[in-house]
Amino acid sequence: MTFDLALPSGLLGAVAPELILIVGAMALTLLAAWRPETDAHQRSVGKAALWLLALTAAAVVMYAARGASAAAPGIIAVDGFRWAADLVFLAAAAATIALGIESNPKDRFVTAESHVLVLLSAVGMMILAAARDLMIVFLGIETMSIAVYVLAAMDRRSVRAAEGALKYFLLGAFASAFLLYGIALVYGATGSTNLAVIGETIARFGLTGHTMISIGIAMLLVGFGFKVAAVPFHMWAPDVYEAAPAPITAFMAVAVKAGAFAALLRVWIESLSMMDAAWLAPVWWVAVATMVVGNLIALSQRNVKRLLAYSSIVHAGYLLVAVAAGTSLGTSAFLFYIVAYTLANFGAFAVVAALGEPGTTGPAIPDFEGLWSTRPWLAVGFGVCMLALLGLPVFGGAGFFAKWYVLQAAVTSPHGLVLLAVILVLTSVVSAGYYLDLVRAMFMRPRPEGARNPAVPPYTRVVLVTSVALLLAIGLFPGALATWARKNAAVTPSAARSPFAQGR
Amino acid sequence: MLAESLALSAALFTIGVVGVLVRRNAIIVFMCVELMLNAVNLSFVALARAHGTAGQVFAIFVMTVAAAEAAVGLAIIIAIFRHVRTVNLKNINLLRG
Repeated sequence: MTFDLALPSGLLGAVAPELILIVGAMALTLLAAWRPETDAHQRSVGKAALWLLALTAAAVVMYAARGASAAAPGIIAVDGFRWAADLVFLAAAAATIALGIESNPKDRFVTAESHVLVLLSAVGMMILAAARDLMIVFLGIETMSIAVYVLAAMDRRSVRAAEGALKYFLLGAFASAFLLYGIALVYGATGSTNLAVIGETIARFGLTGHTMISIGIAMLLVGFGFKVAAVPFHMWAPDVYEAAPAPITAFMAVAVKAGAFAALLRVWIESLSMMDAAWLAPVWWVAVATMVVGNLIALSQRNVKRLLAYSSIVHAGYLLVAVAAGTSLGTSAFLFYIVAYTLANFGAFAVVAALGEPGTTGPAIPDFEGLWSTRPWLAVGFGVCMLALLGLPVFGGAGFFAKWYVLQAAVTSPHGLVLLAVILVLTSVVSAGYYLDLVRAMFMRPRPEGARNPAVPPYTRVVLVTSVALLLAIGLFPGALATWARKNAAVTPSAARSPFAQGR
Repeated sequence: MLAESLALSAALFTIGVVGVLVRRNAIIVFMCVELMLNAVNLSFVALARAHGTAGQVFAIFVMTVAAAEAAVGLAIIIAIFRHVRTVNLKNINLLRG
């Protein structure tokens, strides 16, 4: 299946999965507005959204299985990396909606549109994974972000949610402006917004020391840094994550981050791999700062949602190590990592959503104490997710291998990232301080008097059981997923493909 | 011509950044973000003179996105005004940090 991206029909065929999802989401918007806000209506819209995601995933799988490709490089990538990332985004969106169907009424809002907004944001992420032009990157980021700003403010009765959304919106728009200025500078220096052309121009005219591109790269890094919540651009994340409803927090911590990273990887590898002298040191320092600062602040958190927010900041640091590697091993490590990270986080947030009480910002560590004695399976599930985020072998399932492949990418990278790999391992040891603290609270302390033991509703249970089962299964048999990640990692560096590279 | 336009764009962008960091009224902060976006638009249009139409197309996209962002942003600002009767970021500190 080959698409000629120069023709409108070819382009239309290449973005068919995105089109299915966006047209479906628009139809669902009408459906959602059709009836008054009730729990039953919210449920039926949520179920329709899940079916729509399944349909889109089927289209993506079909394209991937038939080996869809582009006749010539265009503004849209038609490759395995895109399909692989798409499947993770769609799974994350499905888990968000499944948790939201049951958790939103508990938080006393039954807005059917929240499910539609998750779909629209997922469209933005799919566009990001496909973008091979800075214009598409910008549109993808904005499609994703604008929907998430609204999602953060979904609980209209909560002043905290409104405040979190305002912070998220102002800083998100601020970051978009930086990203955009970076794009403008790169466009100014190379005369194109197409990733492949930018890479070739840099190689051909030897622009590696060009000031304008270097400043542009710094601006791009600031913009992406805000979107993935890397230190020192992370200040908004804990507040926003704490204030939003649990399923939406999970969506922001997992899918939004993965979407921004997918675009970052493609831009960095496809067009800026020759510019590593300009970006390696900043990425290195941002990765170190993110891993160290995130872990140290996470140690002092009591609110579990806020703790998981810092944990997601830390994981952005680990993923930046894979970006710094700048090789296809780094890309395949990223794909493996986001699968494990998505499963572990949605498992954890399913438990957080189940234990959360309306009108609060989610459970604190004391709410987990002695969970083993009253809700043993909930405690085991949450424990596995914590150990996966920590990266413990066997009990943490896929989490260990996710970190292993990132380390492997760092150590084999031509950029010489051994020190960065050492820092990753050391900060992981520090992270045991808070992940294991939660595990200890659940298994080794008595359940306090009067602690609530809420029942776990069916959709939440499905999300939790699926996440934990897949985590453990991948932990036992990582080979299949690793092969899949390696096969789909082929985001080719610009220098390798450029016809002008030989003369360099 | 190009150099002057880029210098003006950089100056406007910097004013926008300083405004976002210094001002405490949510509406003014948002206006400063819009100033940053329009500074970038000026760069795009100026660069399009040298590089062809892609920059102009980009500027149109930026304006479209900025309009969508303004709709959502003002709605969020109204939502918070209904709760706390102010849009001063200094007075909005239920959450830490």
